Amino acid sequence: MAEARKTSNGGSSVLLDIRNLRIEATVYPPGGEPTNVVLVDGVSLTLEKGRVLGLIGESGAGKSTVGLASMGYGRGGCRITGGEVWLNGRDILKRGPKGLRALRGSEVCYVAQSAAAAFNPAHQLMDQVVEATLLHGKATRADAEKRAVALFKALGLPDPENIGNRYPHQVSGGQLQRVMTAMALCSQPDLIVFDEPTTALDVTTQIDVLASIKDAIRDTGVAALYITHDLAVVAQVSDEIMVLRHGKMVERGETRQIIEAPRMDYTRALVSVRSIQHEEKKPTPTPLLSVEHVTAAYGGAVKVLQDVTVEVHPGQTLAVVGESGSGKSTLARAITGLLPPIEGTISFAGRKLPPRLADRTRDDLRELQMIYQMADVAMNPRQTVGTIIGRPLEFYFGMRGRERDERVQQLLDEIELGKGFIDRYPAELSGGQKQRVCIARALAAKPKLIICDEVTSALDPLVADGILKLLLNLQRVEDVAYVFITHDLATVKAIADSIAVMYRGQVVRYGPKSEVLSPPFDAYTDLLLSSVPQMELGWLEKAIAGRRMESAGN
Amino acid sequence: MGGSLVLKLIAQRVALGVLLLFAVSVLIFAGTQILPGDVAATILGQSATPQALANLRAELGLNDPAVVRYFRWLGGILTGDLGTALSNGRDIASSIGERLGNTLFLAFCAAIVSVPLAILLGLLAVRYRNGPIDKAISGIALASTALPEFFIGYVLILFFSVKFNLFPTVSTVYDGMPFLERLRAVAMPAAALTLVVLAQMMRMTRAAILNVMQSAYIETAELKGLSAFQIIRRHAFPNAVAPIVNVVMLNLAYLVVGVVVIEVIFVYPGMGQYLVDHVAKRDVPVVQAVGLIFAAVYIGLNIVADIASILANPRLRHPR
Amino acid sequence: MLSLRKIPPGALIGLVLTSIFLFAAIFAPLIAPYRLDEIVGDVWEPMTAEHWLGTDNLGRDLLSRMIYGARTTIAIAAIATALSFVLGAVLGFTAAVVGGWFDNVLSRFVDLLMSIPTLIFALVVLSVLPSNIATLILVMGVLDSTRVYRLSRAVAVDINVMDFVEAARLRGEGRGWIIFREILPNALSPLVSELGLRFIFAVLFLSALSFLGLGVQPPAADWGGMVKENKEGIVFGIGAALIPAAAIAALAISVNLVADWVLNRTTSLKGGRGDG
Repeated sequence: MAEARKTSNGGSSVLLDIRNLRIEATVYPPGGEPTNVVLVDGVSLTLEKGRVLGLIGESGAGKSTVGLASMGYGRGGCRITGGEVWLNGRDILKRGPKGLRALRGSEVCYVAQSAAAAFNPAHQLMDQVVEATLLHGKATRADAEKRAVALFKALGLPDPENIGNRYPHQVSGGQLQRVMTAMALCSQPDLIVFDEPTTALDVTTQIDVLASIKDAIRDTGVAALYITHDLAVVAQVSDEIMVLRHGKMVERGETRQIIEAPRMDYTRALVSVRSIQHEEKKPTPTPLLSVEHVTAAYGGAVKVLQDVTVEVHPGQTLAVVGESGSGKSTLARAITGLLPPIEGTISFAGRKLPPRLADRTRDDLRELQMIYQMADVAMNPRQTVGTIIGRPLEFYFGMRGRERDERVQQLLDEIELGKGFIDRYPAELSGGQKQRVCIARALAAKPKLIICDEVTSALDPLVADGILKLLLNLQRVEDVAYVFITHDLATVKAIADSIAVMYRGQVVRYGPKSEVLSPPFDAYTDLLLSSVPQMELGWLEKAIAGRRMESAGN
Repeated sequence: MGGSLVLKLIAQRVALGVLLLFAVSVLIFAGTQILPGDVAATILGQSATPQALANLRAELGLNDPAVVRYFRWLGGILTGDLGTALSNGRDIASSIGERLGNTLFLAFCAAIVSVPLAILLGLLAVRYRNGPIDKAISGIALASTALPEFFIGYVLILFFSVKFNLFPTVSTVYDGMPFLERLRAVAMPAAALTLVVLAQMMRMTRAAILNVMQSAYIETAELKGLSAFQIIRRHAFPNAVAPIVNVVMLNLAYLVVGVVVIEVIFVYPGMGQYLVDHVAKRDVPVVQAVGLIFAAVYIGLNIVADIASILANPRLRHPR
Repeated sequence: MLSLRKIPPGALIGLVLTSIFLFAAIFAPLIAPYRLDEIVGDVWEPMTAEHWLGTDNLGRDLLSRMIYGARTTIAIAAIATALSFVLGAVLGFTAAVVGGWFDNVLSRFVDLLMSIPTLIFALVVLSVLPSNIATLILVMGVLDSTRVYRLSRAVAVDINVMDFVEAARLRGEGRGWIIFREILPNALSPLVSELGLRFIFAVLFLSALSFLGLGVQPPAADWGGMVKENKEGIVFGIGAALIPAAAIAALAISVNLVADWVLNRTTSLKGGRGDG
């Protein structure tokens, strides 16, 4: 009979011991036979009491699936078809539903990615926080509430005595995430599974919540599985890291070793993400795009852009950085004419652009192109790749037939897709391929400027890297300028020539990259720069110590 | 405080409903004025003399412009005078009086059976979803939404009245009837009406409950180790009440309309029978009055459905 | 392309039944054994080899009247559905794309129309209009177009806000291209399914009106009217009225099955809907 393992020093036994875990699911592809896919293939891991293991991988790697399996749970039809999961000395997969219910919420707790969805809108927070504790008989109601309030305090929540009386929708996203952490800690479990807890939060909020989680883990001595796709984040919190890819383990080791001396190529690629070097170009005498004192509002009432002045020079990249609500996407809408400014002017290639889209000439429209964040909805699902890329050629240049098809193939080669894609539909492409097609569509018009609206934000880090490299290459070849809108400072450092930092509709800092990124900083830029997790150990503590401005999410 | 916000929203909804009712009254009135059809000719028949026709028109005020006639009619309704039937000269309000009670009684009987049954079946379908029970319930529901009311009605009559002689073939009720006999007379039309409405209500209930069960907070509850029953009671139910009430109200509104055909099938002396008879006789005043009453009940039930949604929404009861 | 094996049993039954009804409707005069109004025997004779479904309340051959009834019912329902669809879809799409006061006014008006139950409003209007087929089609078509309007507007609005429509706008494409090449191809699948549902509703609605004596007038026969003609027999245990009633039910169910199948097939085409 299989036994629980002991640690190498023969001391206290291992808390979680997963052996050769195999998880499968049935997928029903449209127009095809139902097939079996293997989500997790022979993954083994051990976790000792009080240690934190980071599970990292791109989307589809199986990390959430493994995390949930440690509670004996399969989401949405996933079945555990092989292997063993040993928790506190017994195989929980053999325990049956009643046994699993006994350990969930009591020995193992789960912190979900989206706190807003994970809380029941009909009940007050305190009821939900103490529910598991009371259910498993770990404390009386009064004691559980006391414990909860202490946790609220420890996690840095405002008004800890009374916040429990609120409803989920009355509390902000960052606060809700901390309440969920308190809920997991309240029943004093041995293990907590953190499933991408900070991914849905703003950059500046993310850091505070991350620090709270790290403190809570350290103070309570609980073991944790920390699941994320961001290596820099996991490096701050974990003792060990395991890299997953396509359901299989790639590498496992102490955090220091993974970050500083990765052994496998894939790990190396993950670690070196966003380390693209790009030489900053000097501004030219005449800008290509000039936005001067632009103010815009929706319905004339709420000002979403205030007195914005920026320039883009030919063949260069202006990065517009900000968090959600900063107005960066609105700036794109103003430039393209979808939201005519109520004040200010926009000049392009030496001529003034009419503020409204409807008043612009075809050349105005052709020379200014846009690429979107979600490539799935940026392409008509009922058109083939050939039609999608070919339409601008027809529309702007009147190309037809063979001439057009040849040019389409040329563009496909330029975006590194090659042959065999012309007749495919968007649904048959991967995320990175879809975005490349969108880039080709923009290029087909031979534009002078392309606005890239968060084009890499929805992609996995390695895929995003590929897209950024492609964009830089194209810039060299086609001499096209970019307005690159993003919230990710790492990307900005990699590809920008000049940077504009936006906050609540205003430009708080603007200039060439080297200037913008050197001190002294204004308060917001300082907060922003210090919130981007770096892939160095101990960064988190330094960042928290050095914070000057309160983040918005608190 | 949340209370005042909720009250404000409810007041708005009711005000909107009243406005809607006025607009509907205009529409109903306008609907009957499409043809410059000669009401006088309808009353006096083909052989009336032009003089008699002109006299009658003046007497009935038919020569006034439409707007004036509308407000005269509306004023009458608001003061309880629903007008006089063209076909037999009787006061409409008193003719409706007893019939309205009959129709409401029939609707009530159907509702009291169909609502709990629909909710129960919906719960069962979700509990065992995608299994044989669910598929069977959904299949039967789908089939019965395609069945016309008269099919259900006449099958019932053929079997239970004629072949098995359990119920009367014609559902006459009269004033002062003993309650048990009344129930017996109403049993079959109520059963038919129930079957008509049950399928739709059950499918919508199932969809509403399923929607709640697929929310993320249900997974959270499961991961805390709660049993299925605890999850349904504590987490699913409070959030399902509002959509279920909404569904029930919407279907009750539909029930109000289904009553019309059912009453004709079973020859039941209610509002539906009254309306249909007088449409055939082209008795415009009756049609206007009864049509308005039906519309008012329909709109009223929809308002209640909206109010239930408002009341049950925690975001509105406890705003930031 | 269409192999018989791949069609699920439900859809197959639906297709077969619908084809039978359509066949009867189209070729009525050729296949009906007797004429529509010919008296061939005694009242309410039972089913015999000579009269497969027996006779009706006036002694006419029930089978022949059923076949002609198929023609009347299906024809009227089909035309009314076509009318409601064209009216509702065109207005709905335009309202979604044009927006502004056009959308507001039209939508408020449709809301108003929809706040009265359809049957009641139809009764009100039919109390003053002449009872001929054209009127029936018009009344049914206009009243039902409200639902089609709501659906097509909702679908068009959903698609209108997608980035690929905005990309087309930024390119400078005209309204025509946007409606017909960007929005419409993606709106087809819910619309087609709705087409089936609207047809079923039209059949049931027409039958209800005829049953109440306000639809198709004798001697023309539609199935609803035939139920009305034969309903007196129920009291005597004669099930003649149930035959047209069952036919209505059968038609409704089979069209429903076919519509479901079409919906499943079109969403599984390459590309699908793109928005799940």
